[in-house]
Amino acid sequence: MRYISTSPEDQTQILKALGLNSIDDLLRSIPEKIRLRVPLDLPKALTEPELLRQFIEFENQNVLKELCFLGAGVNQHFVPVVIDSLSSRGEFLTSYTPYQAEISQGTLQAIFEFQTLICQLTGMEISNASMYDGSSALAEAVLMAARISRRNRLLIAQTIHPEYRSVVNTYTRHQELILETIGCQQDSCIDQTKLESLMGPDVGAVVVQSPNFLGNLESLESISTLCHRYGALLVVNITELLSLGIVRSPGEFGADLVCGEAQSLGIPACYGGPHVGFLATRESFVRNLPGRLVGQTVDSKGQRGFVLTLSTREQHIRREKATSNICTNQNLIALMVAIYCSLIGQKGIRELAIQNVAKTQYCLDALKYLPCEILFQGPRFNEFVLKLKYPFDEVAETFYSAGVIPGLPLGQYYPHLKDALLVSVTETKTKKDIDRLVELVASVS
Amino acid sequence: MNQPRSSRHVNLNESLIFERSSPGRVGYDLPLLDVPKPNLSLALGENNIRDLIPNFPELSEVDVVRHFTRLSTWNYNIDVGMYPLGSCTMKYNPRVNERVAKLEGFSSTHPLTPVHLVQGNLLILKLLMDCLAEITGMDAVSLQPPAGASGELTGVLMIRAYLTKRGEPRKKVLIPDSAHGTNPASAVIAGYAVETLKSDKNGCIDLDNLKKAMGDDVAALMLTNPNTLGIFEPNILAIGEVVHDRGGLVYMDGANLNALMGITRPGEFGVDVLHMNLHKTFSTPHGGGGPGAGPVGVKKILEPYLPLPKVEQRENGEYFFNYDCPHSIGKIKAFYGNFGTLVRALAYILANGHNGLKNASSVAILNANYIKEGLRDVYNLPYEGPVLHEVVFSGKKQTKNDVTVMNLAKRLMDYGFHPPTVAFPLVAQDALMIEPTESESREELDLFIQAMRSIALEAENNPNLLKDAPHSTRVRRLDEVKAARHPILRWRANDRKPSTDYS
Amino acid sequence: MKLPEHYRYSKEHEWVQLKGDIATIGITDYAQEQLGDVVFVELPEVGHVFHVNKSLATVESVKAVSEVYAPVGGQVIEANSSLSSSPELVNNDPYGVAWFVRIKLSNIQDLDQLMSANEYQSYVIEESD
Repeated sequence: MRYISTSPEDQTQILKALGLNSIDDLLRSIPEKIRLRVPLDLPKALTEPELLRQFIEFENQNVLKELCFLGAGVNQHFVPVVIDSLSSRGEFLTSYTPYQAEISQGTLQAIFEFQTLICQLTGMEISNASMYDGSSALAEAVLMAARISRRNRLLIAQTIHPEYRSVVNTYTRHQELILETIGCQQDSCIDQTKLESLMGPDVGAVVVQSPNFLGNLESLESISTLCHRYGALLVVNITELLSLGIVRSPGEFGADLVCGEAQSLGIPACYGGPHVGFLATRESFVRNLPGRLVGQTVDSKGQRGFVLTLSTREQHIRREKATSNICTNQNLIALMVAIYCSLIGQKGIRELAIQNVAKTQYCLDALKYLPCEILFQGPRFNEFVLKLKYPFDEVAETFYSAGVIPGLPLGQYYPHLKDALLVSVTETKTKKDIDRLVELVASVS
Repeated sequence: MNQPRSSRHVNLNESLIFERSSPGRVGYDLPLLDVPKPNLSLALGENNIRDLIPNFPELSEVDVVRHFTRLSTWNYNIDVGMYPLGSCTMKYNPRVNERVAKLEGFSSTHPLTPVHLVQGNLLILKLLMDCLAEITGMDAVSLQPPAGASGELTGVLMIRAYLTKRGEPRKKVLIPDSAHGTNPASAVIAGYAVETLKSDKNGCIDLDNLKKAMGDDVAALMLTNPNTLGIFEPNILAIGEVVHDRGGLVYMDGANLNALMGITRPGEFGVDVLHMNLHKTFSTPHGGGGPGAGPVGVKKILEPYLPLPKVEQRENGEYFFNYDCPHSIGKIKAFYGNFGTLVRALAYILANGHNGLKNASSVAILNANYIKEGLRDVYNLPYEGPVLHEVVFSGKKQTKNDVTVMNLAKRLMDYGFHPPTVAFPLVAQDALMIEPTESESREELDLFIQAMRSIALEAENNPNLLKDAPHSTRVRRLDEVKAARHPILRWRANDRKPSTDYS
Repeated sequence: MKLPEHYRYSKEHEWVQLKGDIATIGITDYAQEQLGDVVFVELPEVGHVFHVNKSLATVESVKAVSEVYAPVGGQVIEANSSLSSSPELVNNDPYGVAWFVRIKLSNIQDLDQLMSANEYQSYVIEESD
């Protein structure tokens, strides 16, 4: 078998050296009663050519559409080719967690760079080395805000990604916290009057997403002022991190914790994972921050180097008193994000973000001549909610057979929006692509 | 010809991307905008417009390739040599797995694509679930947890949901003192108190202690089998009975599954729920610390509580996501799991079949025992019993003259090896936890044994070599105390760049 | 390091210096040696009330966290803020500038459980064997 260097001949030699007859002699500690006597019922083993053929057969059962306008937390952006070449290097791909810092400086420096980039993007002072994904990063941020504020009531915007809110519920269910939902107004943004009425000295944090799930930018400045007046923390969740190329950072508006998903920066959709969560905050909160942290230091010769640090927050030392149970980060994916940011650069990220706004605006301008409705006016980045003339399931096939997925039907998340679509228009769509979408919308109206 | 395993070589230094940054450099050219430029104030609101991000890097594509390539040369990795890390199962990461995971039809699919258009993806999920259920002897699997710790949390949450439905959730979880730290941390998030079970003199679960501790207020026992000493719990069947008799459940941390494939199955020895580590047993790459995947397997009684959605197949063969699961614990992660990692694991299983997996476990056990015999006359073996895929030595014979077990570990780097797990499990004093995996050839094992024997001699005759180790790595011993006392967690614009003085 | 004669000592390696009904508490030289380089100290807030033997503070080294238990019960009237900027003081001067808290003693009988300098000296020698 090609993945094992110990051939049957090698095995015989080693057994001889151990004074044994067969490997069975080493299995005496496993009770006879539970030893498997029949082979596992698994598909027959495949050689490499057969394996490739098999997976291409699986792939062929997917029907790829040329144009996809889906966003909703997983955003379609250009992925520079060089990211794959660099992150596929065995030195990055097959290395272990950098507990032994002297032989892991590559990983550690790259993650130190990732932490810095996240701080620059979000306008915050410190960031951890990444989390599993945006949904669990948000859950951890909520738990962290409760810990820091020592208050058990938390207000969560209804327009945070519904899958994220579901994960937050799972994580917080047994923590004696009270999570209340803040409703939204006509323009999909947080109802600030309602929010004010919910505030009180027992509210630990207000949790919002911007751009929110329906595409609109929240008024972080006024929400921030309101929070701090009551001594509550502001937690801002971001699922479209590229927006921060042109939208002012939550840090500038006074956010205390900024969390979310960094997939937009160089990570393919990959059917939902692996992606990469992030969590950034104020320096003063560092001991409450979950996840790994890379810190700068010097070696015995005074040379700069990097190590995992402040490990006493983590599970392998604190065990049941840890800030979280998280062990791993999403290291390779965080590396890919660092490579992306290095390539796109200071001017590029702004230009790219502007292109997103431009393409979305172009689409909206064309659609307004058609008998369909754009719900929720107001500032937005690259997503909007579109209500067609007829219920979507009646006209869906027209789009699919033309090779277009026009957006996400919102009924599964917001029943009152069941005939509306969440449409994402990014820099990956050419003018022709957008015209095609608009033509199809016209044809079903 | 006899060559030492390692020698020195020129290895380039590299500053931070922010220090390398130079105004005007571009790493990626964007297509020109083919639609009108937007009015940003109208589109975003005047107050929301951001200037250029100060000090965000500016580099050419060449700069970026040089930078990260140089960084990569500073990393030890499996492709270069063995990692004898206990309970980590650092085995070879097959490259064909990378190729299939990156097929366009998988890597470019959006998770919210209508399911009838991604039947290939759902087929992969279902097939992997079925294979993992078969390998572990469980009735159902969820692939959603993105890591082992997340799988543990999922498992304990399901236990809690099940017991709550049955009447009451109970108050605590029993965890052996040899367990990994994520076990108690996960139990606490699920709202349980943790009670530690002291191991017996063989490092195993003490059946009498368990009987005393097991009561109607105990929800579950969380165990690892084989345990973190590489020992198969001799009383495993009795342990299961003790817990079940009092209405509790057995959770197994599947980190050591590499010892069991095709040989026995947790489902046959009393386990109600377990998590698997695809980045350990099933060869998906560690990537320097993630991504991983931690699917859970359950017996029928826990099936209703699995995370949402469940992957199922209709009569007509069509796959779909079932969200109609009223007792589910909900979601542990957005969408369905780390799909890319799942594809790699499936490729590994299909490449191996039953024979390959059984051979993998068998050789893993053989290799660990070979190391055990090769070092037992030099290093102290705290527990005498038979070991499976990993062996724990104690460094206590060598840790005198102020030499610590960490010094020993660092000295191995000079021999061109990554150190084994050190100071864990807590039950062994000055532990050295070694798991070679089945990927290692006899030559590599012999070199490792020789290195360890040589270091033992050095500890005796030349302890300073260990105390100042490593000597030949590109950075010497790093000041972790300074890093913790005065944390510097990011670069700032006014940081002084280290000098490039060649003197 | 010489043990201050007029201090009292606990089995958990804390020391107490009494002035009237105000007790100053710290950890002993033996304790700081066992811990290694101290990187962080977490102290309770002023006003906090402690029963004897309850966790009063935590001390962190790079790889471990240790609890400091209240050798006597009372209310915290002062916490040593210089330990947050300079945790290394615990290693350098455990009996002097690296005191942890000052508390107002609630129960004078708590002192009975504590050892004299000589008794503590013997206790440490026994522990190390």
